[in-house]
Parts: sequence; C-alpha cells; structure tokens
Amino acid sequence: MNQIPMAGKILKENDRIAAELRTAFHVHNILCLNLVSSPGAGKTSLLERTLESFAPNERVALLTGDLQTDNDARRLARFGFPVKQITTGGTCHLDARMIEKALADWKLENLDLLLVENVGNLVCPSSYDLGEAAKIVVLSVAEGEDKPLKYPSMFFKSELLVLNKIDLLPYVPFDLAKAREYALRVHPGMEILEVSCQTGAGLPQWREWLNQRRERQLLSYAYAEHA
Amino acid sequence: MHELSIANSILEAACAEAQARAGMRLTKISVRIGELAGVDPDALSFSFEALVKETDLEKCALEIEFMPRRHECGSCGQRFVVADFETRCPKCGTAETTFISGNELEFAHLEMEEI
Repeated sequence: MNQIPMAGKILKENDRIAAELRTAFHVHNILCLNLVSSPGAGKTSLLERTLESFAPNERVALLTGDLQTDNDARRLARFGFPVKQITTGGTCHLDARMIEKALADWKLENLDLLLVENVGNLVCPSSYDLGEAAKIVVLSVAEGEDKPLKYPSMFFKSELLVLNKIDLLPYVPFDLAKAREYALRVHPGMEILEVSCQTGAGLPQWREWLNQRRERQLLSYAYAEHA
Repeated sequence: MHELSIANSILEAACAEAQARAGMRLTKISVRIGELAGVDPDALSFSFEALVKETDLEKCALEIEFMPRRHECGSCGQRFVVADFETRCPKCGTAETTFISGNELEFAHLEMEEI
C-alpha cells in the first residue's frame, strides 16, 4: 500500500473561478454581495426596496438564482436596472461558474455594485465562493430564532445578519434578543440590522450599511494596490 | 444536498491523480471536512458510495477526518476547540479570540495499491 499526500481544496475549480471573479471585481472597483437565506425570508423583497431607493443613474446590477422560474427577475426588472435570472434546474446553490457565465455579456466597467441573490437554502450556498466581498444572511422573524445555531456555517460566513419582517413581531413568538445572542455566539462581532420591507423600518440603516460597505471595499482595493 | 456534487469533485480530482500513476489503483481517499464547511459527513459518505457502486472504484473507501472549530486566544495565545459555541478562552477567560480552523473542505492524502 502506498500513501500519497494530496493537498488542495476539494472545490478548487470553483475556488479558481471565484478568485478570477474577485480579481475582475477589483479591477472594475465593483462591490459584489452574496445574499443568502432560507426560502421565503425576504431576499427578493429586500432587493426590491433597495433598488427602489436608488437613483436611476446608479450603476447597480443583479443576479438572482432559483431552481425554476424567472419570477424573481421579473419582480426585480421593474426598477430599470440590469437583472439576470440564473435558473439552476435543481441545483441547490449558485456556484462561481454560473456567475461567470451570467456576467459574460455584461460590461463590468459600467458597474459599481453587483447584488447576487442566492438560491433559498441555508446550507449548500455556504460552501461555494462566488467571488463576493461579503455574504449577507437574511433571517425573517417568521422563522425560528435558533436558526443561527442550527445552521452555523452560513451565519459564521456572513458578515451581516438582516433580521427581516420585524413588523410581524407582535404576531409571532420570535425572540429578537435570543436571535441576536445566538448569531453572536456563532459569529462573534457579526453586524446585525433589523428591517421590515413592508413598513420600511430599518431600511435607511440598511442603505447606510450598503454605502459604508462600498466605501470600505474601495479602500481595501486601493490599499491592495499600494501594498 | 450538495454533498453529491462535492463527492463527485472528490472523485474527479482523486482519479486524475491516480491516472498519473500507471499500474496503481486507488484504495482510499482521505479528506478533511471542517465543522463550519457546510457539508454533512454522513451525506457525503452516502453520496460517495452511491457514485462508486458497481464501478471500478467500488473498493475505494472515503475517509473523512472531521475538523472541529478551533480558536486562538488574542491574549494568552492558547489554542482550543470551540465546543457548544463557547468562543471565550478556556485558560484566561478572554472574549477576544480568533477563528483559526474548522472550515476545511480539502484533501488529506490518497492510498493506492499496485494492480
């Protein structure tokens, strides 16, 4: 019997493409964010409210992933920004190759912000790097507050937790303080925002986070060039 | 359930490595899966077995080394396994500790025999 050392990542082909995408985003000074959540937590609603708040000349584009249908792309296209649906046909996550393919006929030099809405799933998308600067996990108060403990990988890898549908708090047994505590146990220092896409509560703070995150990304690009 | 596509990636990479060695056959693939990798070891084993069944690789085993989440203390330098999400340093009690491993999704080694 011979033992042969074998180093390397299992998803190295995905990671290679993700690294190429990350370089392309850097070259064009684009902030790419990967939105993840379970199905129905409100990723599309959050994106709708976000697009609604942008001036028509904002250089923003979206990719939205689902197993089937282009319903989300149609919802998001109403705002006049470039949107493309990625239909995975059964695959439970987006991977870097799908992003590369979807971006092939877009001019990256015309973009400042690329928002990627992943397939609704709190497990699988956590394993696939899409070249994004950060993952954002959306959790709605219609779900259990212990989701961070049940799906630690996703909460650990996301920079920001958006607690959505807070307008429903009077009607559901969701414990907001516990949800925050659990998220911070899994991911100490995690940023947390509370929003309602229905009433608009918390959305200005979300927009402010987005602006600051973009500033931070541009600084890190500039720093990387001088280092 | 993305473990099937991960099992497939494991097989493809290991087979490419084996093909580069004439006269050898894969008997074991050893991988390291971190607690925070988002991959279920049981589902991965199940997927792997389903893929190799009734193929030339049926005898090839998948060995999964589970890697727990580990942190390092910023104050005293202690390295420790994080159990039950307790990230404070067990030695000095400092809350400021840094993640060092537990996110692995990587190869460890292969075992081969002569045909």
